Amino acid sequence: MLEVEAVAALTILILAFFVGFEVIAKVPPLLHTPLMSGSNAISGISIVGAILAAGGEHGTTAIVLGVVATAFATFNVVGGFLVTDRMLGMFKQKDRS
Amino acid sequence: MAIPNVVIQLAYLAAAVLFILGLRMLSSPKSAPRGNVTAAVGMLIAVVATLVDRDVVDFKWIALGAVIGGAAGAVAALRVAMTAMPQMVALLNGLGGAASALVAGADLISTVVDAGSVPTGIVPTAIVLSVLIGGITLTGSLIAFAKLQEVMTTAPITYPGQQVVNALIGLGMLSLAAMVIMDPSELTAFWALAGVSLLLGILLVIPIGGADMPVVISLLNSYSGLAACATGFVLDNSALVVSGALVGASGIILTKIMCDAMNRSLANVLFGAFGAAPEAAAAGAAQDQGTVKAYTPEDAAVIFSNARSCIVVPGYGMAVAQAQHAVRELADTLEEKGIDVNFAIHPVAGRMPGHMNVLLAEADVPYDKLVEMDDINPQFPETDVALVLGANDVVNPSARNEEGSPIYGMPILDVDRAEHVFVIKRSMNPGFAGIQNPLFFNDNTMMIFGDAKKVVIALGESVRNY
Repeated sequence: MLEVEAVAALTILILAFFVGFEVIAKVPPLLHTPLMSGSNAISGISIVGAILAAGGEHGTTAIVLGVVATAFATFNVVGGFLVTDRMLGMFKQKDRS
Repeated sequence: MAIPNVVIQLAYLAAAVLFILGLRMLSSPKSAPRGNVTAAVGMLIAVVATLVDRDVVDFKWIALGAVIGGAAGAVAALRVAMTAMPQMVALLNGLGGAASALVAGADLISTVVDAGSVPTGIVPTAIVLSVLIGGITLTGSLIAFAKLQEVMTTAPITYPGQQVVNALIGLGMLSLAAMVIMDPSELTAFWALAGVSLLLGILLVIPIGGADMPVVISLLNSYSGLAACATGFVLDNSALVVSGALVGASGIILTKIMCDAMNRSLANVLFGAFGAAPEAAAAGAAQDQGTVKAYTPEDAAVIFSNARSCIVVPGYGMAVAQAQHAVRELADTLEEKGIDVNFAIHPVAGRMPGHMNVLLAEADVPYDKLVEMDDINPQFPETDVALVLGANDVVNPSARNEEGSPIYGMPILDVDRAEHVFVIKRSMNPGFAGIQNPLFFNDNTMMIFGDAKKVVIALGESVRNY
């Protein structure tokens, strides 16, 4: 990676942090557990790198690491989104009927 | 049918936007389920974009990993009990960190071994950070999991010179990191770095006690995001950088909220081994504080017969006794008798942020009855009955008025200001912090000893039959 590209990525990083702080600060404590499991699912984005590692033209060691990474990241993505959906489905308002 | 790289990059941008929109919808319980689906769609777009990348030539290994991980993740997500949610999140944290570290490792090895080249620029530093943070996150989370599952002791594990040992290992890790950055082709140093990171994750979490787990889980949550961020720099992939930053920010905010709710610094939580010597503290506090009055559920029913309002204060004890459904039935019974029931949720009640809310939502308690500490504290003086259920330190008035107390200054729920206080407790054992709770000796406090679930059921029957 060239220096200028590194600075560009750093710029994205810092701006994303600011967006993250703004957005997350508005999540009520009521939903902090689903926030954690849901954000875990999002951090499963490393599945992108795992796919590139497991499916690229690499030697055995890199492929093995890639397959394990794919398994872990897929667990995060599938497990994270599903368990968050399950939890959020339980939050109901008072039945006013 | 080569897809142009610019299309793939635009797909990553779309994914990042959907993640942000999804997290924004978590600001209300009504829009939250749609927010989760929105983020999941973003992830699907990112995965599809990667699968059509021309660098991906072989799908069988991807399929192998995805099927194993996806099946295990789905089974875990659908079967985990709500009381075990802290363990589930700990596991997700650990696997997320590990995945990022493995990707960074695979990138280094394919560059050095397969391509016979050396990573340059910022990449070696990013690889080192990813492996270091990811390794600590993996083993740290596994120890947190073991403590939460109680397959190992929840008490802090300490030994003389512990912090010196950890500091030396930390220094060793930093020198290995410097070696890898200076010469990334030296793979021995890389593997050693990975090993030391894994070791340090274990050593850093074992001295932290069970009740401090809300902080640890939040912090590891943030680490798993930061590891993804570092891997984004390795791959020059903005989707990883943005998503990692979002998760990192989320974990940092939660960590801060948890520390504030205990009135302790992060350093104190991580290195203080709080609760390590309960005997010493308990001995000091065991002086005569008056007598405890033990009552029966029938006695409590008499008080309830004249009450108009009740605030239930749940704690970790409710989760341990699996009493959330019984509590909701008791609340229903009280409401049938015309008593207004609300729930007071302390930020660190339970073993992770929001733990009590999820348990009570599972038991069909409407979320408008789950009230945050700052909103409910002014209501206690006008409340007839405060029902403390498996909570201890978060209702200890020493935090308000006893300057020498280890928990002095911690924000608490002011249950002692209610007309009557019922405390359901297994025994008189002091709480996690090893300090006695003067609340139990107050004149307006009635102790009801026994298993939380059994007492709550008995209480419901007594109220119904009164």
